[in-house]
Amino acid sequence: MKQRLVVIGNGMAGIRTVEELLTAAPDKYDITVFGTEPYGNYNRIMLSSVLCGEKTIEDIVINDRQWYIDNGIKLYAGEGKTVVYIDRKKRDIYTQDGTVAGYDRLLIATGSNAVMPEVPGNDLEGVISFRDIVDVNKMLSYSRSHNKAVVLGGGLLGLEAANGLVSRGMDVTVIHNHEFLLNRQMDRPAAKMLQTELEQRGLKFKMAAKLKQLLGDENGHITAVSFDDCMDAGGRAPTVGALGDAGAVAEDGSRLECDLFVTAIGVRPNMALAQRAGIYCQRGIVVNDTLQSYDPSVYAVGECIQHRGSTFGLVAPLFEQAKVCANHLSAHGAAEYVSLPAATKLKVTGINLFSVGDFQGDENSESICFTDPALGIYKKLVIKAGKLIGAVLYGDTADGSWYQQLLEQEDNISGIRDALVFGQAYAGAHNH
Amino acid sequence: MNKPIQTTCPYCGVGCGISAKVDASQHRLKISGDATHPANFGRLCSKGSALGETVELKGRLLQPKAYGRETDWNQALALVADTFSTIIKQYGADSVAIYGSGQLLTEDYYVANKLMKGFIGSGNMDTNSRLCMSSSVAGHKRAFGSDTVPGCYEDLELAEMIVLIGSNAAWCHPVAFQRIRAAKEANPELKIVVIDPRRTASCDIADLHLPLASGTDAVLFNGLLSFLSAQNALDKTYIKAHTEGFESALASASIDVGQVAAICQLNKDDLQRFYSWFVGHKKVISLYSQGINQSSSGTDKVNAIINCHLATGSIGKPGMGPFSLTGQPNAMGGREVGGLAHQLAAHMDFSNADDIDRVARFWGSKNIAQKPGYPAVELFDAIYSGKVKAVWIMGTNPVVSLPDADRVKLALQGCKFVVVSDCIADTDTTALAHVLLPAQGWSEKDGTVTNSERCISRQRALFKPAGDAKPDWWIITEVARRMGFEQAFPYQSPVEIFREHARLSDFENNGSRDFDISAFADITRHDYDHLQPIQWPVNQAYPQGRARMFDDGQFFTESGRAQFIAVRPLRPVNLPDHAYPLILNTGRLRDQWHTMTRTAIAAKLNKHKPEPFVEVHPLDAERYGLAGNSLATIKSFWGSMVARVQITDNQLPGNLFVPMHWTEQYASRGRMGALVNAVVDPISKQPESKHTPVRISAYRSAWQGFILSRRELNIKKPDYWVKIKGEQFYRYELAGLAVPENWRDWAQNNLGDSDTDASQWQEYQDPRLGNYRAARIVNNQLDSVVFIAAGSTLPERNWLAELFEKTALEKTERMALLTGKPPLGGADAGTIVCACFNVGELTIKAAISEKGLKTHQEVGRCLKAGTNCGSCVPEIKALL
Repeated sequence: MKQRLVVIGNGMAGIRTVEELLTAAPDKYDITVFGTEPYGNYNRIMLSSVLCGEKTIEDIVINDRQWYIDNGIKLYAGEGKTVVYIDRKKRDIYTQDGTVAGYDRLLIATGSNAVMPEVPGNDLEGVISFRDIVDVNKMLSYSRSHNKAVVLGGGLLGLEAANGLVSRGMDVTVIHNHEFLLNRQMDRPAAKMLQTELEQRGLKFKMAAKLKQLLGDENGHITAVSFDDCMDAGGRAPTVGALGDAGAVAEDGSRLECDLFVTAIGVRPNMALAQRAGIYCQRGIVVNDTLQSYDPSVYAVGECIQHRGSTFGLVAPLFEQAKVCANHLSAHGAAEYVSLPAATKLKVTGINLFSVGDFQGDENSESICFTDPALGIYKKLVIKAGKLIGAVLYGDTADGSWYQQLLEQEDNISGIRDALVFGQAYAGAHNH
Repeated sequence: MNKPIQTTCPYCGVGCGISAKVDASQHRLKISGDATHPANFGRLCSKGSALGETVELKGRLLQPKAYGRETDWNQALALVADTFSTIIKQYGADSVAIYGSGQLLTEDYYVANKLMKGFIGSGNMDTNSRLCMSSSVAGHKRAFGSDTVPGCYEDLELAEMIVLIGSNAAWCHPVAFQRIRAAKEANPELKIVVIDPRRTASCDIADLHLPLASGTDAVLFNGLLSFLSAQNALDKTYIKAHTEGFESALASASIDVGQVAAICQLNKDDLQRFYSWFVGHKKVISLYSQGINQSSSGTDKVNAIINCHLATGSIGKPGMGPFSLTGQPNAMGGREVGGLAHQLAAHMDFSNADDIDRVARFWGSKNIAQKPGYPAVELFDAIYSGKVKAVWIMGTNPVVSLPDADRVKLALQGCKFVVVSDCIADTDTTALAHVLLPAQGWSEKDGTVTNSERCISRQRALFKPAGDAKPDWWIITEVARRMGFEQAFPYQSPVEIFREHARLSDFENNGSRDFDISAFADITRHDYDHLQPIQWPVNQAYPQGRARMFDDGQFFTESGRAQFIAVRPLRPVNLPDHAYPLILNTGRLRDQWHTMTRTAIAAKLNKHKPEPFVEVHPLDAERYGLAGNSLATIKSFWGSMVARVQITDNQLPGNLFVPMHWTEQYASRGRMGALVNAVVDPISKQPESKHTPVRISAYRSAWQGFILSRRELNIKKPDYWVKIKGEQFYRYELAGLAVPENWRDWAQNNLGDSDTDASQWQEYQDPRLGNYRAARIVNNQLDSVVFIAAGSTLPERNWLAELFEKTALEKTERMALLTGKPPLGGADAGTIVCACFNVGELTIKAAISEKGLKTHQEVGRCLKAGTNCGSCVPEIKALL
């Protein structure tokens, strides 16, 4: 008699776990999947490609409903199918519309929620995040009917959103609270090159800016945002990107008109359900190296978890978690999850940037730098005790994965140091 | 181009004929060997072939200068004449001097010598031939009673055995060596022996190399003389009939093979073999050069060699004889006119009162010098001590070439009045001149030179004089006139001087002097202009010249007999000690000439040995902690230099070799002259340039690097720098004692120029290792590149150098620039499909076909492509 596996969350982490499980132990479970979005399973990361029109929704669907049928998986997808309660004693789950399902093993993959800015007006019409197909469709319709957009957050998601909206013909200004973009993934020189390149594509930037409030009209629709004095450590006044147009910005730069406000200042693990069920959580659902929560029959993967103190936002570790989790669900029970330094990529066509590890370095680290500004190339490698510990590449990222490999394997690079920054081909050849 | 002009090469003493096609409009030459010239029959060496590249006007001295300011000839000549006259009036004739050069033409030389010895009345006319020839001159004089080279080049083809002694002819007299090589190929029986502490390029064709201990040549040839006697290999008849002093020579030579081997540190069997070969072959040529001459006992060494030929009667006949290879194109001409301080003129000298009277009468001089003047080394001592207050240096660079050269520099800095005639504006010596006189260069001069085989050839003007440049004979003549000697210096053209020179050689000669070209006493301008190469003497007896002297057993001594000289071998004056344990040897390179004023202009000549170097035996390298290709400081009691270490067992342990060529125009620390001991042969006064005790140590620099630039840069020079002209670029080898604050600023200051807006910079920095590299690219052409490293871990320069010949840089080349190595055939990945793992389309296609992948999962497992964000899975599927 098969055991029952219930999966809460129809996203990338949950379904990748199911996929892994289907290869690892095809007949072990009767699988039931609950998802709030009314679709099959799609590639969330690709939403930016859909936004800028390089892909369609169809392109980014990973598993359509037929796939669930083919694999004998029960799928409950849609508003009403949001799971609202877990009865861990009875091992049952309840949805909004009263659907009940019992489980032997429960997999929570509820993902994360966008962080909303804590400022007045964050509930206005036209204030959205960038998480799912609904958000994308909203942005698309705004781009057809409106002109000015503001994106809050110069991180990966924010830049992808802004780029998408620009490609849809909107006048977009990115508001960032730091002096340079992607300040978690890039160093200053690379970030400056990126900003220049994006400005050439029509994006505008308001750097080192602190949002004060969102202003709306009588219909409760956003019309503008306003700022506090800048928090630019360098003491420079907040600036709008090179192509900044006066129409969008008040003379003093303290106010910016907009019809659409997209917030992309990060995510928080979505752990409300787990908490209500009394599953131990801190910043996320706390799991061990087997992705098991404090309740032995409850597993969790993806952006909703907290593993050894860290939470997750990039896709690579999620897939790794899925492998390990499936390995244990299928009772092979060997794998252990180890979170590795994840590499950064920006999904903006024609822009190559890459970073991994500790690319800032410290007083004990050494750096190797290669620059060819005219070709838009910048490479910085950080080395400590003869090992590569971090890398930032801009313009030429061809060797990114090689550097990541060196970094993960902790190889001693002293022998190839001279050619290291020139890439694997040279280091290899000059080494032997 | 009109029809080629026949002229003579201005470099070594082989004196090759050159046929030059002249393109006056472009100021270009097409150089080839003169097939009709008896010295080379069409052959040329690397230097001669590159003459066309050395005639550019850039860097030429084209205007007289006085105290740093340009002036005209009248003022310059008046200044020289007046100052000389004043100093002579005040301090006497011996307070002035002329220091000439084997580069001067015979006519120039004649006039200079006549002015100083005949009319100023001082013997103080010496020349740089003192540095290379004077031991041969003295040896000849002692043995033959005359400064005569008995044989001729043809003997090289007729010989059964050729012994090269202290001569790297392969590099220093390349065409003579080519003739030997050809002879050896034509006749494998021809024995070639090289006697030289170094295993040089000349050993390439040697049947035997004797790497004797430095300075022991006289012992080796004394040993040969005893051996000949012991083996009854003497030509007693010849000795009896034509020589004197054999017994005492043999007595002082008495030594056995074992002792010789011990002293010379040679393998006894090898030595024995050489001696036996000498006995076994009648036609033996002993070809010797600076290794013999540049010694504190050089004259004895020359005679030790000549002794052996007299003892076997192997002299003056085809295919045999002692043969001194002269260093310079007209060293012989200089000797003929009496250019050395102990000579007077036309092979007459101060040792004979009749000669002095004779020359005085011929010149109509009341004031002729009565005694020898200062030979080169003493001359500059006299300048240093203030005895000589005015010196006129012609076409030579003593600040580089003389021993204890730093002292020579001081001497000239302290000298009251220094005049320099030269064709090059900036040399280490012109830098110290009060008056600079622009002399014509090789391609403009017109006159005669004499080569090692007594062959007189014409040097002919190929171009009109550049700027205000004048012939040396004209300059001297004009000064002589202004000093009040007009009637003795009526010359309007070289031929008039040549006639007078010829008449003097004939004057009261009657066969008493070997040098006799009386046949030219009345030569017409037309015949002079069409003069074909001819070996002196040229007189009634030998109207067509004379290939070999002494074939009749007649010599120019009192008795008419050749003189054996009893030689007691002496060790070099300064021997290695604990402070200076190594022996420094100096010499020429294949592709440079003297102080590089001309050869360094020809890019192709800078490829062979671009940088000053020191050859070190592996044992010494280990002992003194020297790495190959690193920099080393070489110190002697007299001075120091810095050079690039080349580790080679061509050196004997304990011996170093450095090239003689580098000057402060091309290297900051490359002047070997600064180290060389100012010790001279007591008879010939030739310096011991082949033997100076030195020590060597690693040169500790904070950084090393190089710059290649399309433009000649005005770099802020660090402690060590070398400048090298390349085909399309200038190369600078650099090393500094202190690291600049900011390499980027340093690079921008040194490499930048006005058109900065057009320039693109590429940079590489690894501060921890002290590595900085940058390239400056203008219009996608490589403009300059700089490599800096804390150690000496710098890439080869070749590939980077080649890039300067390209009109545009490939992307792959640009990305490889700062590796210093050519782009690798790193397979092109094609357009990136998987952005997460940077997997390219071509890579994926390749994997699919090679590994027969079916699904995107398989591709993922194989290349990781599509396994992260998965966004490229559609593209991967499409590729499948």
